[in-house]
Amino acid sequence: MSEIESRGYVRPEVLVSTEWVANHLNDPGIRIIESNEDPLLYATGHVPGAVEVDWTRDLNDPLRRDYLGREGFEALMRRIGVTKDTTVVFYGDRNNWWATYAFWVFQLFGHDKAKIMDGGRIKWANEGRPLDRQTPSYPASDYKAAERDDQRIRAYRDQVLQHLEAKKPLVDVRSPDEYSGKKLHMPEYPNEGALRGGHIPGAASVPWAKAVNPDDGTFKNAEELRALYEGDAKIKPGDDVIVYCRIGERSSHTWFVLTHLLGFDKVRNYDGSWTEWGNLVGVPIER
Amino acid sequence: MAVPAKLTDTLETLEMVPDRSERIQLLIDIAGRFEEVPPRLARRPFAAEHQVPACESEAYVFTEPRPDGTLDFHFAVENPQGISAKAMAVILGDALSGAPSGQVAEVSQDIVYQVFGRELSMGKSMGLMSMVGMVAALAKKQAQAKGA
Repeated sequence: MSEIESRGYVRPEVLVSTEWVANHLNDPGIRIIESNEDPLLYATGHVPGAVEVDWTRDLNDPLRRDYLGREGFEALMRRIGVTKDTTVVFYGDRNNWWATYAFWVFQLFGHDKAKIMDGGRIKWANEGRPLDRQTPSYPASDYKAAERDDQRIRAYRDQVLQHLEAKKPLVDVRSPDEYSGKKLHMPEYPNEGALRGGHIPGAASVPWAKAVNPDDGTFKNAEELRALYEGDAKIKPGDDVIVYCRIGERSSHTWFVLTHLLGFDKVRNYDGSWTEWGNLVGVPIER
Repeated sequence: MAVPAKLTDTLETLEMVPDRSERIQLLIDIAGRFEEVPPRLARRPFAAEHQVPACESEAYVFTEPRPDGTLDFHFAVENPQGISAKAMAVILGDALSGAPSGQVAEVSQDIVYQVFGRELSMGKSMGLMSMVGMVAALAKKQAQAKGA
């Protein structure tokens, strides 16, 4: 049993170690993908052979606030040489939050041969593993993408309102100060992209990074995660859960933990998140 | 209100590098010049009042008054992988330290897009714009104090 398997996750196969990645650098069935919050980081050096999937340029619609459509996803997958049979392994900065965001978008298109490198970029670097500045290039594939499915793992604001009225569980994964609204009330300081501060009524507060071991950025084991979500936040694997943050990136990390590590059946990420909810007219807010 | 002269120069220099990968390399080089706030001004744990709101790289801004009443700006970036925040800190520190506070107070947060381009995530642009906004807010406070 591997160390990751020993942690008790429901789907341990979705996580791989840095050592596993190091052993698969030249595996033609694997495409390693770096996805960062910081747009400069990939160019400073990356896992050898890793391609970059940039959140803004590669995964977003250039005009509307939305993700790319089927044609855009197909073009992306062809450009990075990924076929339906390729297993993509994401990693990135900030404890993999952008990596899990990219992972989540790939799931909107049903590319389920996907994994996360536990510990992300900083663990790889701290272990003294090689970082390459050369941008690799792979032969284009003939990937044919499915239409994007927004029903299964994505929530829109009207669905959040219905969820709220039905008193179903929500998890706010922002910092305690964002949850309380305190950060939007500092005079003379920039706001956070929202006119109102606070949280969606009834949402439990579980900051996303609590799911991660601060020492090395790896995910906590299943027992620790259950204590956090099933204990503190009082949500259960059979619940219909919506998670949110400020723009949906940190909450994709929590979506990954709940869905894949703890095996929750129905978790949706509200990517409109607080930058939408905190600007909406007339919606309920709690402080 | 005029834009601080050194900031204009910096932005013009960056404009001369339109190629994205060359711009990234230039910004990485700039980030390499980052120097943390000197211990005589601040030590860890840094006070929350100096922390830039919305900046996920945990950036902090500190000021040090010059004899002429203008400010030097110093920064700390707690995220070791916060290369963009470090590049922004170097640019702001170089271009705005010693500039008239009234001018610094009016610096637009949109300079983030002139530095990094438009292809920034919402969260990243908000964090970097907040760095500019915090520097401007501190300069405004200084300008008001001087005028009082």
